[in-house]
Amino acid sequence: MSAVEAISETSPADEVLVSVENLKVHFPVHKGVIRRQVGTIKAVDGVSFDIKRRETLGLVGESGCGKTTTGRAILRLYRVTDGRIVIDGQDITALEGEALRRTRPHMQMVFQDPQACLNPRMTVGSIVAEPIDEHGIVKGREKQDRVEELLSAVGLDPRFANRYPHEFSGGQRQRIGIARALALNPEFIVCDEPIAALDVSIQAQVVNLLEDLQDKFGLTYLFISHDLSMVRHIADRVAVMYLGKVVELASRADLYENPQHPYSKALLSAVPIPNPATEAERKPIILQGDLPSPANPPKGCNFCTRCPIATELCQREEPEWRETQPGQFVACHHA
Amino acid sequence: MTDTMRQKTDLAAGLDGTSTPITASHRSLWTDVWQQFYTHKGAVVGVCVLAFIVLAVTFGPYIHTIDPQHLDIRAKNQGPSWTHPFGTDNLGRDMLAQVLAGGRTSLAVGVTAMALSLSLGTLIGVLAGYFKILGGPLMRLTDLFLALPILPLLLVAIMLFRDTLRSAFGPETGIFLLIVFIIGITSWMQTARIVRGEVLAIKEREFVLAAHSIGTRQRRIIKRHIFPNVLSPIMVSATLGVAAAIITESALSFLGLGFPSDFPTWGRLLYDGVPFLNITPSRVLWPGLAISLTVLSVNYMGDGLRDALDPRIRGR
Repeated sequence: MSAVEAISETSPADEVLVSVENLKVHFPVHKGVIRRQVGTIKAVDGVSFDIKRRETLGLVGESGCGKTTTGRAILRLYRVTDGRIVIDGQDITALEGEALRRTRPHMQMVFQDPQACLNPRMTVGSIVAEPIDEHGIVKGREKQDRVEELLSAVGLDPRFANRYPHEFSGGQRQRIGIARALALNPEFIVCDEPIAALDVSIQAQVVNLLEDLQDKFGLTYLFISHDLSMVRHIADRVAVMYLGKVVELASRADLYENPQHPYSKALLSAVPIPNPATEAERKPIILQGDLPSPANPPKGCNFCTRCPIATELCQREEPEWRETQPGQFVACHHA
Repeated sequence: MTDTMRQKTDLAAGLDGTSTPITASHRSLWTDVWQQFYTHKGAVVGVCVLAFIVLAVTFGPYIHTIDPQHLDIRAKNQGPSWTHPFGTDNLGRDMLAQVLAGGRTSLAVGVTAMALSLSLGTLIGVLAGYFKILGGPLMRLTDLFLALPILPLLLVAIMLFRDTLRSAFGPETGIFLLIVFIIGITSWMQTARIVRGEVLAIKEREFVLAAHSIGTRQRRIIKRHIFPNVLSPIMVSATLGVAAAIITESALSFLGLGFPSDFPTWGRLLYDGVPFLNITPSRVLWPGLAISLTVLSVNYMGDGLRDALDPRIRGR
């Protein structure tokens, strides 16, 4: 399968690389002297989606809706409460210890904060070499060559391998993070808001780098972001999350042209249009109220407390996850 | 200084495109550390003073050959003179010889006890901070040790073990081991608590999560990511620990629980000299000065070392 084919249109024949079924991540809340469990934070509560090989799935939603938790849970950095994660045909949901460690080379992560995700006491060379060391792929001279190759691949001068992270700018540090993620030749990379902490001028560079690398190495991305225009640029399909659940999943074109869930509509109406004439006409849908606590989500539809079109049915019954048109899934009674 | 100059040459090489690779002139960690350490004036002075003290107590007795235990009752309570540069005590023993001999013991006790308490404190702190299950029990153990009345404990321990150790290792080594052990196991708690706190904070940083996602083993995460980042507070604990150990040993000697009375240490000399403060103030001055200088120089050294080990400060 060529990269062009995979990116152009999604057909049922495309091979699924990552499959997430009914993923739940709940964090217990302990209180009192004896640390009794008094409740659970339902950070991720029943998320399902597939990511096809060489595809980019955008995951958007407001702060605190569980995007990052989903990304980390898929890489098994958090304990999964319920559900199933299958990567490249292997069920990794219940793997532990050494078995889990051996699957790590297939899946990597690019972190949000390029300052915090690099150990300040290690040189760039040793940061990028760490995955290679840990999985004992190559040693000595070969390892050094590989590190130089990786640094060049992300557009950094390999001569900087002996410098420390604080000597680099934010964009360069993010490139170091990307080089580290690439070190093990992964197939799947979770990009957890990789551009959120960067200057706008640098954001484009990093996103373009991610796209180039995708073409070059045939990578599959889960691109987590709250920057809707950037997601529109990079993603093939987009999932919209609200309070631990995916409310809409559609191809990029369908979602941006014809959002069906009221939350997606509100979210997209907030994106400014770079044209003064149309921008003046834009009527953003302003949602009332705050995101409900994930420890105590509303009954029925999660969005019913803020939904402009909510009815009595929404407060009673949880909407079903259904396909409204080919490739577009929505969880809403009224879509 | 040299560091900035070298960076300039690197830059120049990069600009004119002749690309002499930096990786070729491999910057070893310890070269960098030494260069930064060297720019810390206080640390360099500290090293010099400490080196002088160590050399003096090691080789001094071969130059100033008077036996520290030699009694010369006719020459008691003398002031400084050519034969007795530091004067003599109330039994006519030479003070310089005693200070030199005492320094050997005091330094040895200080460094060994510090090393013991530090490794114990760091081990317990890292384990308690990193492993959630161990955290509770180990911290309660730390609280237990903090709540123990140290002096009665010392009394009991020394009463119980002194004779056994003496017969096993000889009087001096036996008591040395006992004192080092006692000081070590009663002073690790502060270090453990500080280290645990730091580890708890470092553990939640994203680079540790990144290490998990790479598949780094727990052991290596502790060694490579946690430990180097808690080095600063450990360093500070270490420098303060040497001082505390020397002073605790003095207190023990004063209570008659430490080394035998004819075996000089700085602390013992200090306490012995106090009643004679009016007659021969130099008896208190010299051992006191030796303790202060040692503690101060070790503190400055620790300060410099801590800065030198931090790559963010290095090279500024």
